Amino acid sequence: MNEIPAPVLEWDLIAPLMVLGAVAVVGVLLEAFVPRGPRFVVQASVAVAGVLAALGTTVWTATRVDVLDGEVLARGQVAAEGALSVDGPALFTWGLLLVLALLSMLLFAERRLGGGLSAFTGRAADAPGSPGEAEATRHRLEHTEVFPLALFALLGMMLFAASTDLLMMFVALEVLSLPLYVLCGLARRRRLLSQEAALKYFLLGAFSSAFFLYGVALVYGYAGGFGLAEVADAVASRTQERPLLLAGVALLAVGLLFKVGAVPFHSWTPDVYQGAPTPVTAFMAAGTKAAAVVALARVLLVAFGGAEWDWQPAFWAVAALTMLVGAVGSIAQGDVKRMLAYSSIAHAGFILVGVVGAQGGDGVTSVSSALFYLTAYGVATIGAFAVVMLVRDASGESTDLETWTGLGRRAPWLAGAFALFMLSFAGIPLTAGFIGKWGVFSAAWAGGLWPLVVLGVLVSAVAAFFYVRVVLTMFFDEPRPDGPLLAVPGAMTTVVVTVAAVATVALGVMPGPVLDLAQQAGAFVR
Amino acid sequence: MTEYLGLSMLLFTIGAAGVLVRRNAIVVFMCVELMLNAANLALVSFSRQHGELDGQLAAFFVMVVAAAEVVVGLAIIVSIYRTRRSTSVDDASLLKA
Repeated sequence: MNEIPAPVLEWDLIAPLMVLGAVAVVGVLLEAFVPRGPRFVVQASVAVAGVLAALGTTVWTATRVDVLDGEVLARGQVAAEGALSVDGPALFTWGLLLVLALLSMLLFAERRLGGGLSAFTGRAADAPGSPGEAEATRHRLEHTEVFPLALFALLGMMLFAASTDLLMMFVALEVLSLPLYVLCGLARRRRLLSQEAALKYFLLGAFSSAFFLYGVALVYGYAGGFGLAEVADAVASRTQERPLLLAGVALLAVGLLFKVGAVPFHSWTPDVYQGAPTPVTAFMAAGTKAAAVVALARVLLVAFGGAEWDWQPAFWAVAALTMLVGAVGSIAQGDVKRMLAYSSIAHAGFILVGVVGAQGGDGVTSVSSALFYLTAYGVATIGAFAVVMLVRDASGESTDLETWTGLGRRAPWLAGAFALFMLSFAGIPLTAGFIGKWGVFSAAWAGGLWPLVVLGVLVSAVAAFFYVRVVLTMFFDEPRPDGPLLAVPGAMTTVVVTVAAVATVALGVMPGPVLDLAQQAGAFVR
Repeated sequence: MTEYLGLSMLLFTIGAAGVLVRRNAIVVFMCVELMLNAANLALVSFSRQHGELDGQLAAFFVMVVAAAEVVVGLAIIVSIYRTRRSTSVDDASLLKA
């Protein structure tokens, strides 16, 4: 009998993942052992504490990843038998994801808006409108499983951004998606829409991950291994069996672009963002996009960097179309959540311009510009959805854009915060969005992609017109008499909106520290 | 070798076409599973071609993932069915611009 060698795990490098995974498992156990009364508070506290612990561990890990030999040879190392690459971009994304998740957890834990009940349904097994549902509400039941589910999704996102092995990437993709499918269907109000969103997200998500998996199989057939480094070596050394490689790249791209929310794989975005409970929408809009963009950049630049002339033209087209469809689509929307969904599609396009903009070299500038853009976009997105949670009427959130008319007169601070997020989305100077757009466009310009940059600037102008119109309607039109009630925000939501607004201004006025971090993140380690 | 890959591609195509054409959520879901199994067949064939075990091991991972996906997917479909008494994906059309 041959001995099976035990795998060598670099515990200090993968500690953030271990901490988060352990806390998520503890959350499942708490579900079984903590009595119903205090369970919500316990679960929320454990989730927040877990994310904070993982954040601390990430900072600690970040100080230990440099490969030193007198001077810094490389930022980051490949860990866990070649499955994960704990490098600069991965660590930056981990930190970003954890901060965004921390804000989202506060939104998850907000109970003041729903009359002391969370935004999640009391008992998902009951049909909407059934006696069982009324009973669940009467007994003030709450699904506290949402916290462990969100932590597992977060773990999947962190794995996804760091995977340097195609099989690991597929598993991470599913670990991040499956909890989100469930979370989408758990809204307390408008449950039909919520369940429909879950069904659509699930069927299309499973469809796209099947494409991703077949792409993995084809690339494995071409390269004879799953590691991105092995694939890169095969791309560099072999010239035969090109069709196999190209088909594999195309299928992988389908799965990744679906998660990024890029055209032509964007059609799920508006429906799912609208139907899902708003805290979940905030979490996945900000988190999934960050993880998917980094994973996409890693696959394209690390594994297929040697074949870039084959895939780049297709991605230019995707980036251009994504910007256009997102910007034009958001103009036509009458619902705030759908409008934000189309705006997130447009932002996916802007980020793609930065990611595919780099030609030759190792794509350092393009990765760091995308990382900064993701930070600016993520913070503003969570803030915007937090505001959406606060504007309510008798049936829950009032997301019809018309009812927001004159909101600025009735709630100047709230509308002011929303206006700030809109201006950041539009890329107005002195907001984070401006620095983000500047970064991706200059990276693409340096790569010689001026047609895409010109198109991007034009699309930004169109989008800015729309965002500014929303701001004007909120501040300069008379409020409607039947306008929505403004819920008295609980401490949680207030914190989230404030932090997001302060961060949006701070990143716009003095982006230096975060920009430095993003630039130091450097290149992917293979 | 080529035969197995041909069969795998055929299965994948049948699955993808089924997802696009069929109306029943359960059947759509079965078609997705067919696509995953087509990928498994391709992985195992390539594994044999390369003379190593990585691809076969990957197939086990895929099976576990597919099983987890079934759990989540059926839960969602069942909860929709309880509400609407229908699993047709055409009936789920409340979310529109």
